[in-house]
Amino acid sequence: MKKLKNIEDKIIPIVFFATLILIWEMVSRIEIVPTYILPAPTTIIKTLITTMPKLMEHAYITAMEAVVGFIISIIFAMIIAISMDSIPVVRKAIYPLIITSQTIPIITIAPLFAIWFGFGYLPKIVIVVLVCFFPITLSLLEGLSSVETELLNLIKSMGASKIELYKIVKIPAALPSFFSGLKISATYSIMGATIGEWVGGKNGLGVYMMRVKQSFATDKVFAVIIVITLLSVMILKLISFIEKKSMPWIYGNKK
Amino acid sequence: MNKIEISNVTKKFGSLHTLDNVCIDLEQNQFVTILGPSGSGKSTLFNIIAGLLKPDEGRVLIEGEDYTSKTGRVSYMHQKDLLLPWKNILENVCVPLVLKGSSKVEAEKKALEYFKLFGLAGFEKSYPNQLSGGMRQRAALLRTYLFSNDIMLLDEPFGGLDAMTKQKMQQWVLEVFKNLKSSILFITHDIDEAIFLSDKIYVFSERPASVKAEFEVNIPRPRDNDTLTSTQFNEMKKKILKLF
Ligand SMILES: Nc1ncnc2c1ncn2[C@@H]1O[C@H](COP(=O)(O)OP(=O)(O)OP(=O)(O)O)[C@@H](O)[C@H]1O
Ligand SMILES: [Mg+2]
Repeated sequence: MKKLKNIEDKIIPIVFFATLILIWEMVSRIEIVPTYILPAPTTIIKTLITTMPKLMEHAYITAMEAVVGFIISIIFAMIIAISMDSIPVVRKAIYPLIITSQTIPIITIAPLFAIWFGFGYLPKIVIVVLVCFFPITLSLLEGLSSVETELLNLIKSMGASKIELYKIVKIPAALPSFFSGLKISATYSIMGATIGEWVGGKNGLGVYMMRVKQSFATDKVFAVIIVITLLSVMILKLISFIEKKSMPWIYGNKK
Repeated sequence: MNKIEISNVTKKFGSLHTLDNVCIDLEQNQFVTILGPSGSGKSTLFNIIAGLLKPDEGRVLIEGEDYTSKTGRVSYMHQKDLLLPWKNILENVCVPLVLKGSSKVEAEKKALEYFKLFGLAGFEKSYPNQLSGGMRQRAALLRTYLFSNDIMLLDEPFGGLDAMTKQKMQQWVLEVFKNLKSSILFITHDIDEAIFLSDKIYVFSERPASVKAEFEVNIPRPRDNDTLTSTQFNEMKKKILKLF
């Protein structure tokens, strides 16, 4: 019974989705909407395949910017979150800044970075860092302060130094929260890199997207969107994989 | 010389007067219980003995030396097991040894000697959430024992267990500590448990807690299930119940 229900749960959305695509296909085949506005799904897939080599080149650049920015944000976030957690003055000084900066839509300052850092990879990476840094820092901070005082006291009373306290208790305790922050910012990282590329540059999916948009190659725009989505999904999957591996006490006993 | 000597300890949390002029002694190889109502300040007293809290007045002497607000001398087991969820049982009980500077291999070798005695054999690689409540308490007790075994503070270690498991654990504790040379200070609000385990019982009053009465428990050891229904046991229980 339960299994049947599971299958039902899977099949219903698939059928629904397939129907939508089918309707879309028909709408553009009989040209209710002109193809330069809404190309048919089959056309998009064809374009995706024929432009694949070019797309891969650009995707590689975007992915690089995103990953480099992402890693830099993780390193920064660790340094800042741990110092905020261990030094109350630092926390008081920085916390309001981090919260307010969250409310600035990063897209609006992207042109500024183009002016400051030119049209190379740097401004894109800076944007990625800016969008990823805060969610990671906040989630890590929350995780670090989630530890029960009694547990901290106990380990302290066993003679643990501050560094040992972080190593044995605080950092492992913060992992679940840290990873949820990573997952949020993972999708932001690709988005950040793409937005940075819209503003200007030579390579990357964002640059390519602007170029094909200008020539009204709508099928190509869709192809880029698909690639960007796939990239985001890949990064997410990778993080989920690392998450499962690094927390065996939650996700099973295989070490 | 007394293992622990607490003299005239008073503690207030703001306007909340918690401990009032408490005096307690623990002798070598003794099992001493503090029996008191919930919220009276028993855990607070343990935090003071462990050096985690500073008393407003009074002193904590351990083997004659002043240990007031100094941590690291006695081992302390909390009401909750406080095992680290991300470490397996073996790693968990090794934490105090590693913190004292043992290598991982040395620590594990030493800890493994006790796994059978503490009823944990076969569960070395399990995570705490894969163990029963009773086993988690025994693991926490082993960790406490490995940290420092001459003086141990046990704060309601069996408080969260069901009656049957609790009874088993009490028997087990008697059995284990018959052979291990430890002096133990124990907290409970269970009168039967206090009589069954102890050499001496201090009864605390409601907050502000002070020592309301002190009883020597002269029921011979070894004690077993029959002890629980013996006349000596019941007389002791009557005497204590009169106080409430
Ligand atoms: N750090 C603290 N700050 C303020 N008040 C505290 C603190 N620790 C304990 N108290 C208060 O002191 C009183 C005694 O607490 P304590 O934990 O010592 O009681 P207890 O006798 O161990 O109770 P139980 O049997 O329920 O564990 C309580 O009213 C508690 O709220
Ligand atoms: Mg308590």
